[in-house]
Amino acid sequence: MSEERAQDGEAVVRAVEAVAERIETERAHLTDLDSAIGDADHGGNMARGWAAAAEAARELDDPDPQTVCKTVGKTLMAEVGGASGPLFGGSLVFASADLDDGVTAESAVAFAETYLQKVEDRGDARVGDQTMVDALTPAVHTFKKSIETDDLAPLEALAKAVDAAERGVAFTVPIRARKGRASYLGWRSVGHQDPGATSTLFILEEVLATAADALGTDVPDVDATSPTIPDADGDSVEGDGADPAAEDDD
Amino acid sequence: MVGLVVVSHSERAAEGIVEVAAEMAGDTRLEAVGGDGKGGIGTVPDAIGDAIDAADDGDGVVVLVDLGSAVMNADVAVELSDAEAVIADAPVLEGAVNAAVAATDPSATLDSVREQAEAARGMEKL
Repeated sequence: MSEERAQDGEAVVRAVEAVAERIETERAHLTDLDSAIGDADHGGNMARGWAAAAEAARELDDPDPQTVCKTVGKTLMAEVGGASGPLFGGSLVFASADLDDGVTAESAVAFAETYLQKVEDRGDARVGDQTMVDALTPAVHTFKKSIETDDLAPLEALAKAVDAAERGVAFTVPIRARKGRASYLGWRSVGHQDPGATSTLFILEEVLATAADALGTDVPDVDATSPTIPDADGDSVEGDGADPAAEDDD
Repeated sequence: MVGLVVVSHSERAAEGIVEVAAEMAGDTRLEAVGGDGKGGIGTVPDAIGDAIDAADDGDGVVVLVDLGSAVMNADVAVELSDAEAVIADAPVLEGAVNAAVAATDPSATLDSVREQAEAARGMEKL
């Protein structure tokens, strides 16, 4: 294993530790959010799962990024005991395949897209269902666009993605839940912030903070909005999020 | 013979449902699995996988599930299992009873048992 990949792996372990610490700190908060519209187990399940995941990651002999992600995912699946196991853990195991050659801007985009796809498939949820997909989708789209179209530095792209996730979390408040336990409440779910979207944001915030720390720099002060007017000919992003302006050119 | 696994957030609920279904099940293998593995409410994929293995005698397994995470964790367990297993899109108790009866049919297949479990969706009670 290259020295660079070993350093990246150690940074991923530190990110997992930071997430575990953050989730433990936010445990009561997450449980409160889940008590309002769900089964009040999100804080406890996530705290237990991430604590075990951090321990498993720390015990790895030669942690490379892919192995750390896979180990964390498997541990979450085994320890969480709720929907967060397959959603956070299963998706992590699946997406870790994209880190075969380590963490690059390109592989990070692929990882993010695979992770989102797996969460959507497993939970059968789309944007607007008041789930973690509402935080993940803007984060992944913003990250991909920032890297592939705007050619931003990965840390800046990640900072924009975190701001996008924050907006997604806010979006879960005024909409009706269509998936998950909250959907049983029907219209009474309106006005409540989704716990899974919230913990997704916490995870992304810790990954960003750890990445900035690993690069020896501060977290960039950016937001998800783009100051530039899109160039109709500049449709270099493939896949979802088709640019209607580009189609009009045909 | 097609085997059955009942997955609930509550281990006691899963066991109770198996108890009810077993009355009609003849020699069918019925496995109950539930709980977070630590005495609490929840579901865990590994435990569901073990139950699938225990219920399988080579003819496959129909998995009955209750809510949300039970569906997703059963989905993971089915994906990882070597046994031929399918999740029935059915109410867990009524589906389990229907499936138990269907499994005792000498011509039963994995599909026929799953279909009978899913037929419980339209069951009228009044």
